[in-house]
Amino acid sequence: MPPVTATLIWIVVGLVAIGLYLSWTAGRLDRLHARIDAARAALDAQLLRRASVAQELATSGVLDPAASIVLYEAAHEARQAEEDQREVAESELSQALRAVFGEAQQVDAVREAPGGEEAAHELAQAVRRVPMARRFHNDAVRAARALRRHRKVRWFRLAGHAPFPMAFEMDDEPPAALAERQAA
Amino acid sequence: MRIGIVCPYSWDVPGGVQFHIRDLAEHLIGLGHEVSVLAPADDETPLPPYVVSAGRAVPVPYNGSVARLNFGFLSAARVRRWLHDGTFDVIHIHEPASPSLGLLACWAAQGPIVATFHTSNPRSRAMVAAYSILQAALEKISARIAVSEYARRTLVEHLGGDAVVIPNGVDVDFFARAKPKPEWQGDTLGFIGRIDEPRKGLPVLMKALPKILAERPQTRLLVAGRGDEKEAVESLPAEMRSRVEFLGMVSDEDKARFLRSVDVYVAPNTGGESFGIILVEAMSAGAPVLASDLDAFAQVLDQGAAGELFANEDADALAAAAVRLLDDPARRAELRERGSSHVRRFDWSTVGADILSVYETVTDGAAAVAADERTGLRARFGLARD
Repeated sequence: MPPVTATLIWIVVGLVAIGLYLSWTAGRLDRLHARIDAARAALDAQLLRRASVAQELATSGVLDPAASIVLYEAAHEARQAEEDQREVAESELSQALRAVFGEAQQVDAVREAPGGEEAAHELAQAVRRVPMARRFHNDAVRAARALRRHRKVRWFRLAGHAPFPMAFEMDDEPPAALAERQAA
Repeated sequence: MRIGIVCPYSWDVPGGVQFHIRDLAEHLIGLGHEVSVLAPADDETPLPPYVVSAGRAVPVPYNGSVARLNFGFLSAARVRRWLHDGTFDVIHIHEPASPSLGLLACWAAQGPIVATFHTSNPRSRAMVAAYSILQAALEKISARIAVSEYARRTLVEHLGGDAVVIPNGVDVDFFARAKPKPEWQGDTLGFIGRIDEPRKGLPVLMKALPKILAERPQTRLLVAGRGDEKEAVESLPAEMRSRVEFLGMVSDEDKARFLRSVDVYVAPNTGGESFGIILVEAMSAGAPVLASDLDAFAQVLDQGAAGELFANEDADALAAAAVRLLDDPARRAELRERGSSHVRRFDWSTVGADILSVYETVTDGAAAVAADERTGLRARFGLARD
């Protein structure tokens, strides 16, 4: 076999190997994007659940009128917010929840009302799950960004037209009284 | 919900991770979920009905001690079959970064994957070398759980990303209801753990014991755990050896009674702990706890509010603290009370609900777990027909 043919064979083998590697990387990236989509959907569901329970409580008449208005406003804003205002609106709902349910007595008052036990449980669950879902979402975003910043992905445009993933940043600290209830 | 749990360490050998998985599986089954646990086990070991054996584990030195791990072609095939047969809604992998079933499962599965990181080992060279391989498998995990704030910090530093903290669970009432045993009561210090594992800290306690006995000669030290008893007391003066009683391995019931009986439970561990379940068990049983100030222990003990801490590996500090506690029944009563209310957050009812919340968060709208079929060559080049 003339040396030129051997060299050519090696070049072809090398190119195929590089091609397979890039294709595998593209598969990884695709899976990460799918994971972000699923995590984002889960986060949206949890945020919406939290806003609905808050709004329900605000209109139930269990809370005093001032607290009801504060909570209703915040929950309404969170549900109606445009995409670019969402993080701010959801953070404000967290603050409103902390202000209203800052003390254990308020939570107890809700529990004593008819059907209140269930509502308090739902709210406690929602304020616990929002930070969870957000952490899982941002973790997926971080993994995808790390891979997308890599040379091979940028040079060969493996990410296609998928938008650069953004973390969801908000204040999701749960009200102390509700968090304690969970722990107790 | 159909839940698959992957245990990386051999089911035949008792250990913290294995007990955690057993209790979690039983708790979830009690709530009406379908649970299957894949674990390495010898073929002749009797297994609970929910455990599927992944074959024999091989003893390998790993993470500072000898671990029994599973890897290789045969194990990988068993993992695939288990994933295929199980049609799980979610799989929960424990220790996905250890070179065992966890990593194999992570590699072989797709869909909602939850992973719990138990250890907080310092970054090892092997981990750095394997980082890029690990990353491709670990980035499939949809939700990460760390067992303590400390374990979470290690995870963030070593692998990047984030995790939610859910502590290990304990059946608090099982320990709280146990009956004390009179022969283990009255000026007793308790220690549970492997005798021949220096990281469990028995040598530190042995070094402190002469000082404790000098102040309070009536004190006895009760040691439960396997290992060479003669070797353990070698450092003690001959006349003091009778003050140490070895109970060998104890059953779960006796462990609970042991913790109910002792006046002070001592945890002199020198490192390698990421959680400290034994402290939670001791507090559940109402034992005043005296522990070394490892990060993980300090966190479980609420920075010293629910139990006393002493400087790690400092036998003098341990002796002083032990004598002070034994001399002060009021302080012990106070610790008992604080401990009992503090541990409620570690009860399975709370921990199990949190873990289920994680499952529900990741399965919301996601497809079930399936074996990750390698894309065929034709598909890669867009030639395959769907």
